[in-house]
Amino acid sequence: MKLRLILRRVAFLIMVVWAASTITFFIPRMSDRNPIRERFAELARTGGFSASDLEVIVASYNKKFGLDKPLWEQYVDYIGSVARLDLGVSLNRFPKTVMEIIYESLPWTIVLLFVSAILSFVIGNLLGAVAAWPKSPAWMRSVATPFIMFMGVPPVLLAIFLLFFLAFRLKLFPLGQAYSTGIAPDWSLSFVMNVAWHQVLPAVSMILGSVGGWVLSMRGMGVTIQGEDYVNFAEHKGLSGRTIFRDYYLRNALLPQVTGFALALGSLITSGAVVESLYALPGLGQKLSQAIQANDFLVIYGIVLFITMSVATLMVLVEFLYPLLDPRIKQD
Amino acid sequence: MTTATTIAPPIQPSRWKLLAGYLRRNKSLAIGLGIIFFLVLFTLHGFFAVDEARAYPLKAKPKQPPGILDFSSPEWPGKLPMGSDFFGRDMHAAMVKGMWQTALIGVIAGALGTFIGVVLGFTSAYFGGLFDTIVKGICQILTPIPVFMIQIIIAASLDKRDVTIFTMAGIVVMLAWMGPTLVIRSQVLSMKERQFVSVAKLSGVGNGGVIFGEILPNLLPFIAAAFVSQVFNGVFSSFYLAIVGLGPLREPLLGNIIWAAQSQGAFFNGWWWWPIWPASAMVLILSALALINMGLDELANPRIRRTE
Amino acid sequence: MTPILQIRDLQVSYYTDLGRATALNKVNLDLNSGEKLGLVGESGSGKSTMALAMMRMIKPPGRIEGGSVTVGGVDLMQLSDEEMRMSRLSRIAYIPQGAMNSLNPVMRIGAQMIDAVRAHVPDMSKEEMTERCMQSLESVDLKRNVFSMYAHELSGGMKQRVCIAIGILLKPQVIIADEPTSALDVVTQRQVMETIDRVQKEIGTAVILIGHDMGLMAQFVDKVAVMYAGRLTEVSTVRDMFTNPMHPYAQALIKSLPNLSNKGVFQGIPGLAPSLLRIPSGCAFHPRCEKAMDICKTDVPAVERYDGDRLVACHLYAERA
Repeated sequence: MKLRLILRRVAFLIMVVWAASTITFFIPRMSDRNPIRERFAELARTGGFSASDLEVIVASYNKKFGLDKPLWEQYVDYIGSVARLDLGVSLNRFPKTVMEIIYESLPWTIVLLFVSAILSFVIGNLLGAVAAWPKSPAWMRSVATPFIMFMGVPPVLLAIFLLFFLAFRLKLFPLGQAYSTGIAPDWSLSFVMNVAWHQVLPAVSMILGSVGGWVLSMRGMGVTIQGEDYVNFAEHKGLSGRTIFRDYYLRNALLPQVTGFALALGSLITSGAVVESLYALPGLGQKLSQAIQANDFLVIYGIVLFITMSVATLMVLVEFLYPLLDPRIKQD
Repeated sequence: MTTATTIAPPIQPSRWKLLAGYLRRNKSLAIGLGIIFFLVLFTLHGFFAVDEARAYPLKAKPKQPPGILDFSSPEWPGKLPMGSDFFGRDMHAAMVKGMWQTALIGVIAGALGTFIGVVLGFTSAYFGGLFDTIVKGICQILTPIPVFMIQIIIAASLDKRDVTIFTMAGIVVMLAWMGPTLVIRSQVLSMKERQFVSVAKLSGVGNGGVIFGEILPNLLPFIAAAFVSQVFNGVFSSFYLAIVGLGPLREPLLGNIIWAAQSQGAFFNGWWWWPIWPASAMVLILSALALINMGLDELANPRIRRTE
Repeated sequence: MTPILQIRDLQVSYYTDLGRATALNKVNLDLNSGEKLGLVGESGSGKSTMALAMMRMIKPPGRIEGGSVTVGGVDLMQLSDEEMRMSRLSRIAYIPQGAMNSLNPVMRIGAQMIDAVRAHVPDMSKEEMTERCMQSLESVDLKRNVFSMYAHELSGGMKQRVCIAIGILLKPQVIIADEPTSALDVVTQRQVMETIDRVQKEIGTAVILIGHDMGLMAQFVDKVAVMYAGRLTEVSTVRDMFTNPMHPYAQALIKSLPNLSNKGVFQGIPGLAPSLLRIPSGCAFHPRCEKAMDICKTDVPAVERYDGDRLVACHLYAERA
């Protein structure tokens, strides 16, 4: 029974990755752009080789990347290479592979993304729960409102404003970069603090921009839960307000929110990509923006595919962990 | 004889009065609609007051600060009330044009996405069977894929010279129909089980009658909410695409202007007004949509109102 | 003997958009230790409001307007919020309709019992608390392993028993059971009632049983109180109530029960229960009463004592008082 459940989730994960790879395979081929030709045409323009040379070079590259094979064969090769996590090479930084680029930038993205995702989940859900709880003091409830207002401000705009006012004008924070120039990366406390200091503004802009969504959905959930019989009975039992809030109200209201966490990561990654490049943090997002600017197609596709796979995997992982939180799920 | 007293029938207030009364209670809806009203006024005024051709480069003296702030000037607010940018765009004209263009992308994407969602969600929930299984399966498989990532691929695969605001809307809508489909589907599924539908079916009302007479009217608040959140998503994702430089570069879309300002280091060169106008407009549009959505949520689920 | 529970002039109103609804109108009631009272009436008559008012759990827009609820010499209405919280479960306990959703789905049954004990006796050792909870489960005929189970693993009858086990954890002087058998099948209903009956005898508390199943109630309670539109109309022993009801509303209720002589001919009570927003003047029942007199339309009948310990509020018997 348990095994079947695991197999089903894994099958779902494979389906998602397959769908994502198929989309990233076919969409670029529906347009008539040839990334390699464009890339070399650019090189040709800046001097170097003649148009006839270009044709020869493009043909040899097409052969090397299998672009001269029939479409279905390319597709099979492609899916096979995705399965081996072989996402090709960068045209711009040849011979670096896309996976190498991803690996070197991944830690930065993971730190920024998880810190801001977890903080905004915790802050947003606590504020939402407090806002919906009829016994919480009025000032605590009103704290939620400004955060809901921030929903209309995309994290990117917040990032721009914070960068301008706090970093550029008031000089309270560094102007981007992962760490101060001139210090060597190591694991010393001062270096870690330096990195953390550089992450404050990007993280704050992402948290402020995404907290409102949690506040809003948690408030709706809280209103539903506080009407439940078990919350009522808890009060009849003479439990203290704190116990009721924590064990009966919050725990039950949080459960549906947890499933939304992985999905929220997916949308946070969008903002993260742009915020990273604004603050010149060497994460996946910056690499993606650079690749877009440079028409480095395989890097674009590779990073997109990698992010998609990670989000899908996280979602399935959350679903696996969910039964630990909700005993009702174990049954079926 | 009973002591039942006759009660005077309550005076029915006019429709507008009722609406005004409701808006006073539903503050988020009122404020959201108010902001939209203000933005529409601004655009309407712009149609008469500015020449939209000035929204493109080389039409005005570049890098001029907003005249509206120069109160001492005799010709206040001047020829360039909102200033001009590095490329010589009149920001006033750019804001008028960029605002309705940005909104248009959102509305087109929202309308199309909602329409597809309503049709798919409706048919799959109402008729069920294999079709329902397929639609549900596709939606579930596509949901974990970050939409913006796929939009990047689509946008990056197009030749930038071909990108118009309509292709932008198309790119956005291509992956925006799953949300409304799932929402409408679950609503129709729950409505199918309610009594009024069974009663209609038992009394011989055909499928068409049940769909258009019974279910659709009850679905309207949800469709409206889905539409508003689709418009929000449409504006949001087209903004993001523009801000990474994948928009129709020629057009003065709000995202494009911010992207251009950012890549020219506008803040650091002291041209703060360049990104500020489009950023504020963006915040206004998105906040208004978020507020309206919250208001509609309250309309559909009155229990939330208690916590206000 | 002073009654363990004394309710005096208890009054509760709900403030709605349409005006003030009087849900409980100057109710007086006494109950002795070890006595079981059945509280019956149509829905909306104020039964549940009375239970909630005794627990001081009336939520806005409702409000307790006045009166006193004295349990073992302590007037609950005079306690501070914190003292009232400590009194719930230890002085006066409430058993909800447990079959549905009264247990927290994500906590083990044991944890939900222990937190109740800990809230009242914080310095008890963990082992002692566990033992007390286990004993309580056993006394409602549940196995000890229920302690480590979740609500969804229990049947409706078992969940109701768990609620009873929680209700008796601190041996309260008064237990209110609010329709404890609704949503249960007939066999389980009986078992649950027998359980309540037995634990009540064991710990000797007073029990108020709220419900509308007169038949089931008649087998388990000592006294029956009939409510109508927020007022008590008659309080009598079970025997008196079923053989010789005095208040015309009580008579109608008894008559509407199926029995062998009327052979399933169902006799309802004509008319509709009144809206609490517009309670008829005088005796609230007079528009539906066959024996209504002129005085019934104007004067609220006082509760009078007849035949020793019967309490009836009706003008019909005015000269006998």
